[in-house]
Amino acid sequence: MRFRAKIVDLGCLNHFTRVSNTISKLAKTCTLRLSPDKLYFILSDKVANGGVSMWCELGQGNFFDEFQMEGVAADHNEIYLELTPENLSRALKTAQNAKTVKIKLTNKHCPCLTVAVELPSLSSSSRIVTHDIPVGVIPRKLWTDFREPTVPDFDVSIYLPVLKTMKSVVERMKNLSSHVIIEANLKGEMNLKIETDLVCITTHFKDLGNPPWASEDASQDRDSENMAEARIDIKKLLQFLAGQQVNPTKALCNIVHNRIVHFILLHEDVSLQYFIPALS
Amino acid sequence: MPFSTQAEDENDQYILVASLDNVRNLSNILKAIHFKDHATCFATTNGIKVTVENAKCLQANAFIQAGIFQEFTVQEESVTFRINLTVLLDCLTIFGSTPLPGTSTALRMCYQGYGHPLTLFLEEGGVVTVCKINTQEPEDTLDFDFCSTNVINKIILQSEGLREAFAELDMTSEVLQITMSPEKPYFRLSTFGNSGSSHLDYPKDSDLMEAFHCNQTQTNRYKISLLKPSTKALALSCKVSIRTDNRGFLSLQYMIKNEDGQICFVEYYCCPDEDVSDSEP
Repeated sequence: MRFRAKIVDLGCLNHFTRVSNTISKLAKTCTLRLSPDKLYFILSDKVANGGVSMWCELGQGNFFDEFQMEGVAADHNEIYLELTPENLSRALKTAQNAKTVKIKLTNKHCPCLTVAVELPSLSSSSRIVTHDIPVGVIPRKLWTDFREPTVPDFDVSIYLPVLKTMKSVVERMKNLSSHVIIEANLKGEMNLKIETDLVCITTHFKDLGNPPWASEDASQDRDSENMAEARIDIKKLLQFLAGQQVNPTKALCNIVHNRIVHFILLHEDVSLQYFIPALS
Repeated sequence: MPFSTQAEDENDQYILVASLDNVRNLSNILKAIHFKDHATCFATTNGIKVTVENAKCLQANAFIQAGIFQEFTVQEESVTFRINLTVLLDCLTIFGSTPLPGTSTALRMCYQGYGHPLTLFLEEGGVVTVCKINTQEPEDTLDFDFCSTNVINKIILQSEGLREAFAELDMTSEVLQITMSPEKPYFRLSTFGNSGSSHLDYPKDSDLMEAFHCNQTQTNRYKISLLKPSTKALALSCKVSIRTDNRGFLSLQYMIKNEDGQICFVEYYCCPDEDVSDSEP
């Protein structure tokens, strides 16, 4: 089992840092899955994290100048690590102006992800900062726990409004209520609603547009004005909206009526999926 | 029913309708009196007065004149209701309190009368938020009976002159002592904290002093914990008028310029903490 990778380009480094920051905002611990082409950050839906799950996928070729790995076996050429993403974020913080960043799997007392940052220096001698991030190696028999979540048969799929606006709205709503109803239809309309003893608030977004597949799949048997809704934990929603730093080029959400809300953020080669279950 | 009369009917059912192109002209001034959850609102054809009180010793009033609003109608002589100010402010700032440059949130506020919620329609960039905030039984507010004929001393200061002083008030002192006098020290703020006393004097010919009308030496103490919330108004204001009457009651009037250059006032009244003899320094 071997892994080493190198980032030289500053743009790639910043991009990778933003992804890592996003993950650390969304999950205390997660699984880092390494394959020859892709990296995955995975949070599976355990009761401990309120049934929320996350799946973030990035192509290694767009981030790393060098990427070498050898999985546990030739026919299972992958590595699964348990990681505290906060530690990775902190390590990358020191790498803001780095000349190179090397990330490798090492074994120092315990398995570590070693991040070696070469900083620019005025003299000929180089300055290198090394972070050893302890990780757990996940044995193969547990890999099945971290399979890509199946996209549920959603009732409505809709593009999200400007995330900053949505974040402000949810931020205020969080002060007033612990859960929020998110509802949307196939006419490009989405509402966020809270109802408490003190106040009822509804924010109406319109003309958001529905992705083409939404109408193909669902509209035959669905009235386009009919709302699909889910009541979800407002803190989880805000965590997602406030935590994401991927500046997505496309953001959308799928709603399975009274069951789950599935968010997808796309930015070039990075995709982030986030699942928040509905409260009963 | 033809559409025109229908629309009229809709407006008819409200005893208060107020519209504003920039909601911050209302939310900012309400933040200046937001030190308790509950506020009482009085609306007349002149505008809206929002009152917040604490401990029967302090009252803060924000005045938003009818002219600040683009549309302002009141069907009855006066409309009074109590509302949760924290909730109201969360609603008014639902699109964020620091807007993107070039955008502003428009507001339409309607009230149908006793027993009905206050309804807010907020719009920014095509996104509409509707809020229905439950109103409560209005409570009697304090009458401080602060009459300009009984005013003994009055000073108008540029707010920046007071901002630093208030930001650095020794909060270990229970009281803030204010001395106003036609003679030295003219205007003095004193605190008596754990680490000693401090006195801050403003000379009467200071550039910060816009007006100085003191007739008689007066020294009064005010609970610092009561005055501290007025710092919020001070932070937003450009000028402050400090007055005391013959009973030692304090009036602080803050002149606040909104983003459209219009002027609003916020006023704080505070009871003196105890009598101190005039001879004491």
